[in-house]
Amino acid sequence: MDISIFEAVGPLMIGPSSSHTAGAARLGRAAAAIVTEPFTRVSFGLYGSFAKTYKGHGTDIALVAGVLGMEEDEEELRHAFKIAKERGLAFDFYQADLEGMHENSVRITFYTESGREREILGSSLGGGQILICGIDGFPVEMRLNTNTLFVLQEDRKGVIYRITRILARNEINIGTMTVTREEKGARACCVIETDSLIGEDVMDAIRGVEYVHQAQAIKID
Amino acid sequence: MYRNMKEMADLAIEKGVPLSDIILENEMGRFGTSRKEIYEKLRERYQVMERAAAKALESPLPTVGGLITGNSRTQYQYAAGGGKTVCGSFLNLVMARALSCSEVNASMGRICAAPTAGACGIVPAVLVSYVEEHGLSEEEALNGLMTASGVGAVIMKNATVAGAEGGCQAECGVAAAMAAAAVVQLAGGGPEVSLHAICFALMNCMGLVCDPVAGLVQIPCAQRNASQAVNALLSADLALAGMKSWIPADEVIDAMYRVGRQLPLQLRETALGGIAATRSGKEITRRIFGSHEE
Repeated sequence: MDISIFEAVGPLMIGPSSSHTAGAARLGRAAAAIVTEPFTRVSFGLYGSFAKTYKGHGTDIALVAGVLGMEEDEEELRHAFKIAKERGLAFDFYQADLEGMHENSVRITFYTESGREREILGSSLGGGQILICGIDGFPVEMRLNTNTLFVLQEDRKGVIYRITRILARNEINIGTMTVTREEKGARACCVIETDSLIGEDVMDAIRGVEYVHQAQAIKID
Repeated sequence: MYRNMKEMADLAIEKGVPLSDIILENEMGRFGTSRKEIYEKLRERYQVMERAAAKALESPLPTVGGLITGNSRTQYQYAAGGGKTVCGSFLNLVMARALSCSEVNASMGRICAAPTAGACGIVPAVLVSYVEEHGLSEEEALNGLMTASGVGAVIMKNATVAGAEGGCQAECGVAAAMAAAAVVQLAGGGPEVSLHAICFALMNCMGLVCDPVAGLVQIPCAQRNASQAVNALLSADLALAGMKSWIPADEVIDAMYRVGRQLPLQLRETALGGIAATRSGKEITRRIFGSHEE
């Protein structure tokens, strides 16, 4: 039996819905982990069932809790609006047209302290499972169930080789790897799931690779 | 090791051990988790279940629209009041506990999905009540939860536990099957008796639709948690008394899955059919969300 008993009994979560509440909190948390830098305002564009039923399921509260870094089973989750206000975080919700995306999807825009706008697209797949589908306009597919490395680079030969060589030299085994690009020679993106945690020194080495624009290790759970 | 109920039960019978031993062995072997870690995770889940099953018994919790607020307390007072009830105080207490979990869930409280958040009251109400009634140890309670979880995992593998895919039978019905198998084990029934109880629990609610009023996990979800908790107990008793299912558990699970897929979209968690689509159901939706959210 390749399904764990803890998938059948679990997760521990704040109700009422694993997709609309627990999944939403997880999406917010994942998005904030991707953005890493401090932010002062967040805007949530809700789509599909998220847009239609968010009030009844506390999806809005869970999303805000998530970007504040709260976990989906924290009792404090329901007070997320109040906590955000105390921390000086502004937030708003609007209906977004994300045609073609999963029924439970959200576009999260972060306004950072440094004046940048960062945009994360994600879906809640049910049972608390999530999928990050876009980062700053670049389509990706990240479930973030395990250690994940996200690299944005130029589509040049040898870049992937140099990144994976750094991982190999640091005894980090690759579980899965997806490389996509906008078009030949344009921006490319690489999502690598690894069996072990990727340290900051390894990340610095990857960031030092020529043609790599951005590299980040993300782990949530 | 096993892929379905029959293989799981055969392993247990061959080794002369309860289902929970086989499930534990699989979990350790397949996921590299230690026995200690598995019991710790089960204990954490069981404690969350105990708290959710108790929390609304005496104090009503706020829910969106207030549709089920206070139901648990009313049932608890009826159960504990010493007056006459139809089903006796034990079954009424079981229902009060299931309602408590549903109320905690709807009030954005902490619950353990089993197998889903919408069906989170059945396994706790049945296990906590049975363990208390018979003075069982914590270890026995956790082994019961292990069996319930293992049964749920097999059904996830071979069918579905999503209301959007299989209706309420796949959520509350599967929860009842999980709880029934666990109670049989706690009552001393063998693996094959647990499988019969799974069959009865699923047969008893085959075709049950998912039709939440206003899309909220309240009506008729809370009532279904209460009634499916009772279904779990009576299914266990049918099996323990000696009734055998003519249809094997794996075939019943397959039938449940196929029935779920045959249900029209309106009856699979969309709030477009059944109780949700009644005149009063729509009126409640309007009252809570305004007209555009029908």
